[in-house]
Amino acid sequence: MAEPAPILSLQDVTKRYGAIQAVDGVSLDLADRSFVALVGASGSGKSTLLKTINRLVEPDKGAILLEGEDIRRLEPHALRRRMGYVFQGIGLFPHMTVTENIAIGPRIAGATIDAARVGALLQLVELDGSYSARLPHELSGGQRQRIGVARALACNPQVLLMDEPFGALDPVTRNALGRKVRDLHIRLGLTTLMVTHDMAEALLLADRVLVMEQGRIVADCTPHELLAGDGGSTAQALVAVPREQARALAELAG
Amino acid sequence: MSEIAEILSGLGGKLAAHVLLAAAAIALGITVALPLAVWASRNRAVRRITLGFASLVQTMPALALLALFFPILLSLRAIFGEGLPTLGFLPALLALALYALLPILRNAVTAREHMAGEVLEAADGVGMTAWQKLRLVEAPLAAPYVMAGIRTAAVWTIGAATLSTTIGQPSLGDPIFAGLQTQNWALVLAGCIAAAALALLTDALLGTVERGLAQRKRALVWGGLGVALLGVLLSGWTLRPQERAGGETIVIGAKSFSEQYILARLIGARLEKAGFTVKYRDGLGSAVVHEALTTGAIDISIDYTGTLWTNQLKREDNPGREAIYRTLVEWERETTGTRVLGRLGFENAYALAMRQDRADALGIRTMEDLARASPRLTIGGDVEFFRRPEWVAVRDAYGLDFGRERNFTTTFMYDALTGGEADVISAYTSDGRIAADRLLVLEDTKQAFPSYDALMLVAPGHASNQRLIAALEPLVGAIDVEAMREANFAVDRQGNKQSPEQAAAQLARRAGL
Repeated sequence: MAEPAPILSLQDVTKRYGAIQAVDGVSLDLADRSFVALVGASGSGKSTLLKTINRLVEPDKGAILLEGEDIRRLEPHALRRRMGYVFQGIGLFPHMTVTENIAIGPRIAGATIDAARVGALLQLVELDGSYSARLPHELSGGQRQRIGVARALACNPQVLLMDEPFGALDPVTRNALGRKVRDLHIRLGLTTLMVTHDMAEALLLADRVLVMEQGRIVADCTPHELLAGDGGSTAQALVAVPREQARALAELAG
Repeated sequence: MSEIAEILSGLGGKLAAHVLLAAAAIALGITVALPLAVWASRNRAVRRITLGFASLVQTMPALALLALFFPILLSLRAIFGEGLPTLGFLPALLALALYALLPILRNAVTAREHMAGEVLEAADGVGMTAWQKLRLVEAPLAAPYVMAGIRTAAVWTIGAATLSTTIGQPSLGDPIFAGLQTQNWALVLAGCIAAAALALLTDALLGTVERGLAQRKRALVWGGLGVALLGVLLSGWTLRPQERAGGETIVIGAKSFSEQYILARLIGARLEKAGFTVKYRDGLGSAVVHEALTTGAIDISIDYTGTLWTNQLKREDNPGREAIYRTLVEWERETTGTRVLGRLGFENAYALAMRQDRADALGIRTMEDLARASPRLTIGGDVEFFRRPEWVAVRDAYGLDFGRERNFTTTFMYDALTGGEADVISAYTSDGRIAADRLLVLEDTKQAFPSYDALMLVAPGHASNQRLIAALEPLVGAIDVEAMREANFAVDRQGNKQSPEQAAAQLARRAGL
């Protein structure tokens, strides 16, 4: 069976900050429509690696190809308009309404976006039209991150990059929004790369889990393989945490 | 109070000039500060240099900053040609705009520094270009803070603009400086009230704009800006060039003391009768006047032989009154092309003066007596006196060594003497207050002070303007020191004051002109 051409291909990507080797020669292919989670401890380089893909970070060495094209040949803003970007800080523009925030991508690209499309995007993240005229400070944290996701999807991106997207949310909201994103990923045919430090989240949402340590990818498995004990000691140490928690909870329940 | 109200109602032209100057300076300040702020917020070195420079400017007294632009513009004539104005609107505009930089720049840079990192990351993340990020995110988020800086700048500028009088730019400082010179407190108060009211009104309007920006209410923003703009336009309309009855325009310069104001009016009235259009540049700094004349910024000035002898020719010797005069006439013709039309007929020399009772109590009759007593005494001088070579010459000739030196404006110097703040002052021999206060003038037996014959000077450009010369020539030798003292005193005295115009008219009658 011939492998389909990867939508994203990282080749020997390296980034150093002074004495710290943040990303150390990572090579990686991402298949179209895959949901990949990038897991690791703080400082393992996962956020830096993600940001090299939309050029928020420029690697010192190596190349990244989007559909076979070197991204360095694209203007950074043009590249970013083809990718949705959701991050923990959310970064809604505080002086713009919900509608204006969602519409910003098409607007800066010179396209128009009508109210129906904004309504549809709000619906995708399960918010009704009554939110459209509100300002970000009038929303809860979960609502804000939903708007953040809607904003990232407004440009019909091929790739969705998420950097700890649910890190600041309460567990209930976090769980619900995670499922929602997984649904959208399938419905919209996205290729999603999500950085998280939470192995349980990665196992539940992704179909491929990468584990990073000191700038290198030390495990590349399916959730099933990880749960079966593959991926090496670092990966298994991360898997052990939710497993232990689940066991403890089961014992409590008696 | 009614006097102040009357003066205020006559300040329309000065107010309009003040508004235009301040508005232009703030506009220029904004135009320079905003791009600089954008650059500074992206480059640490630029930020350090621009903020450092703006802070340095701020530490300079506004008066000095204004005066400094005179030599700067003078040297820039080498590049921009002789047409570059060195006095009046241009230097005032540049100095005030520089002064307005700091609050705008600092607020804009600070606003950018404190902008939330995730918002800026999102701007990049959604694919904004640098220009889109500036226009859609950074500018609107910084706007209320920038506006607060503009408000501060506006209030400073309106206040400092009163000082532009000293470099020949009409403003609300005109009544303040004229009033300070002639002890006409109603004039001073009127000028201050008008300037303060303008500052408060501007602050309120810009405050409305700031609130509109912070609360995202466009009506407030455009309303505030609209009213402010209307005021500026109205000022421009008030000062629109009027159809004049023809006639060449002659600019008469005056230093900042009563005698100069009076003589300027005396000359002006004659020239108007002869069909010239006359403008006055009052309150010029003494150091600026000669340069202003030789560069054509003013056309006529009254100066004094001793002043030119020491300050322009840099001479310290004293070859005698006639020799000094002849040398000066020659020097001006040869080096600057300025025409010395002649001596007016009186001398306004420096002389050391004391209260009669104080001199009696100390047993002082001569300069030698004064020298002996000087370590226990305080001497008061006008603001430039102790820097002048004449003072050094006199001090060294008699061995004066005063316990304390104090500076006063000329107006307050006499009050300082009367009130005992100073024991001796550097009086002027043509000053009416010497007789009025019955002061003892100590005779300069060693002739350490040079002579100070009042001279009428005509700028190089008018040196052979026969019609002008003909109108001025009758003034040569026409004013004796008694007449000048009387005119000076009429303006300086506390009660029953005359305006410089009235005193000039009376002086003309007395001199038979």
